[in-house]
Amino acid sequence: MDDYRSEVDCSSLLKQGAEAKIYTGVYLGKLCIIKERFPKKYRHPALELSLSQQRTKSEVRSMLRCRTQGIQTPAVFFVNTEENKIYMEYVNDSVTVRDYIIQVQSSSDDAASSLLKPLAYKIGEKLGKMHNKNIIHGDLTTSNMLLRKPVENLDIVLIDFGLSYINSTNEDKGVDLYVLERAFLSTHPNTESLFSVLLDGYQNGYRNGVGDVVRKLNEVRLRGRKRTMVG
Amino acid sequence: MVIAIGFEGSANKIGVGVIKDGTVLSNPRRTYITPPGQGFMPSDTAKHHQQHVLEILSLALEQANVTPDDIDVVCFTKGPGMGAPLVSVAIVARTVAQLWKKPLIGVNHCIGHIEMGRQVTGSKNPTVLYVSGGNTQVIAYSEKKYRIFGETIDIAVGNCLDRFARVLKLSNDPSPGYNIEQMAKRGKKYLELPYTVKGMDVSFSGLLSFIEDRAIELIESGKYTPEDLCFSLQETVFAMLTEITERAMAHTGSDEVLIVGGVGCNERLQEMMKIMAEERGATVFSTDDRYCIDNGAMIAQAGMEMFKSGQITKWEDTFCTQRYRTDEVDVTWRS
Ligand SMILES: Nc1ncnc2c1ncn2[C@@H]1O[C@H](COP(=O)(O)OP(=O)(O)OP(=O)(O)O)[C@@H](O)[C@H]1O
Ligand SMILES: [Mg+2]
Repeated sequence: MDDYRSEVDCSSLLKQGAEAKIYTGVYLGKLCIIKERFPKKYRHPALELSLSQQRTKSEVRSMLRCRTQGIQTPAVFFVNTEENKIYMEYVNDSVTVRDYIIQVQSSSDDAASSLLKPLAYKIGEKLGKMHNKNIIHGDLTTSNMLLRKPVENLDIVLIDFGLSYINSTNEDKGVDLYVLERAFLSTHPNTESLFSVLLDGYQNGYRNGVGDVVRKLNEVRLRGRKRTMVG
Repeated sequence: MVIAIGFEGSANKIGVGVIKDGTVLSNPRRTYITPPGQGFMPSDTAKHHQQHVLEILSLALEQANVTPDDIDVVCFTKGPGMGAPLVSVAIVARTVAQLWKKPLIGVNHCIGHIEMGRQVTGSKNPTVLYVSGGNTQVIAYSEKKYRIFGETIDIAVGNCLDRFARVLKLSNDPSPGYNIEQMAKRGKKYLELPYTVKGMDVSFSGLLSFIEDRAIELIESGKYTPEDLCFSLQETVFAMLTEITERAMAHTGSDEVLIVGGVGCNERLQEMMKIMAEERGATVFSTDDRYCIDNGAMIAQAGMEMFKSGQITKWEDTFCTQRYRTDEVDVTWRS
C-alpha cells in the first residue's frame, strides 16, 4: 500500500503556493513535482476535508482530460488520495507566464516585447481549445501557465486545475474568461490590447460557436459594471 | 496642516467627520434601522439622512472644536451607493462648500475605506479585503490605481448575510450582520453549504438560495438550530473570503492584509484571516466598528489625500454616481 514511498527519492520544497506545497523529487527515476494540499487551519475541519479531496480529484481528472485532448499539462505519475498529494512531471527549465510578462515589460528589449503578442495569441488558442472540450479551468491566471524554454517556441503548459470542472455552458466559459481577464489586467497594468490579442487567439482555438461564449463574456463584464455597490 | 470635513451617506448610515492631518477630531454618525425582516429603501433612507444631516454636521464641528473658517476642504461621497441617499448628503456638502467658500472634493466610497484603514492601522502597502453590504473586493495598489484582483461575481457578502438574517427575522439593530455573528458564536453543528471560489473571485448567490430554501425546514425538523445555520454560513463565506485573499497575496507577493468595510468588524473573519496570515508569515490589520462601518472621517481622510496631491473636483463634476469602481480613481497621493 505504502510502497510508492520507496519509489520517491529525496524531496525538497520548491514553492509554497496559496493552497499547496510544491516539492521536487524523483519518481521511478524521473524528476517530478509533488503537489501537496496542506490543511488550512482557518477552515472548519469538515469543510477542509471535503475541499482538499474534491480539488485533488478535480485536478487529476482535468489534467488527464486535457492531455487526451492534446492540451499540454504536466503528466500525472501518481496520486495519493489519503494525503492529497499529486506526483507529476516537473516542467523544468520553464518560467511562469506572469514572471515572463513582468520581466519583458520591465526590460526595454524590443525583440522580447514583440514576442508578447504571439504569446498571448497562443495562450488564447489553448484556452479556446480547452473550453471547446468543456473543460473549465476555474483559476486562470498568468501564474498558472508555464512557458517552456526556449521561450521563442511559445510552448505553454497549463497547471493548477484544483478548481476545474467539466461544463458545457457558455455562462461558465464566459465566467472563466472573465476571471482571467481581471487577473490578467490587474497583474499586468496597461495590457488591454495584449488581452484582446489573447481573445482573438481564443476565438480561433474554440472555433464553432465561439460567438456565444464571447457574448456571455460581455454580459458577465456588464454585470460587474452595472452592479450598484451600496455600503 | 490640513483640516478636512467629510460627509458620508451612501447607504443607511449618515456621518460627518473632521480630520486634522490624519487625526480624527470628530466622527458622529446615525444609522437608519428598519424593522426585522425588512431592508432599507432608498427614499426612506434619504429622508432619514435629510432629517439628521444638519444635526450631525453641527455635532461634528462642535466635537472637533473647529469653526467653518478653520476648514480647508469639504469632502463628500460621490459614489458608489444608493442614488437618493447619496444626493441627500451631497447637497449639504455642496451648499456648505459654497457658503464657506472652500474647495469641494467628491470621494470614492471604497477609497475612503482603504485610506482610513491605512491611516488607522499604519499598514503600508496591504492587500485589502473590502467587505460590506454592497461590496466584496480584494484590492492591491500598483501603478497609481487600486486594482481589483478579486471580487464577487454576483451579490456582496454583507448582502448575503443580511438576507439570511431576514429569513430568520433577526433584528437590524445595530446591524443584521452583528446579530448573525452573535448567533454564530452559539452554533455548533456544521452544515456543508455550496462553496464557490473562481480564481480570485467568489459567488454567494447559489449558497444563499440553497440555505434560504432549506432553513425553515431544517429548523422546524429540529435537525439544525438557527444558531447552527448562522455558524455554518459564517464558516463557509468567511473561508471563501480568506481563500481569495490568500490567493491574491500569493499572486502579488504581499505580506500585509487590511480588512475594511462593515463585515470587517466580524471577529470570526478577523480570526480566520489571522490564522491564514500567520501561516504565511504575514500581518493582518483591521479596525473596529468606528472605522469599519461607514463614517464621515473616512471620506475626509481620502479627500484630504486627494487635496494634498492637488486634486479638486470641478463644480460641474460634483454630481453623484451610483456606479463608481475602485479602479477608476487616479491614486495621485501614492508613489
Ligand atoms: N509541474 C510543474 N513543473 C514546474 N513547476 C511547477 C509545476 N507545478 C507547479 N509548479 C510551480 O509551482 C507554482 C505553484 O503551483 P500551483 O499553481 O499548482 O500551486 P497552488 O498552491 O495551487 O498555487 P496558487 O494557489 O498560488 O496559484 C507554480 O506557479 C509553478 O511555478
Ligand atoms: Mg497556482
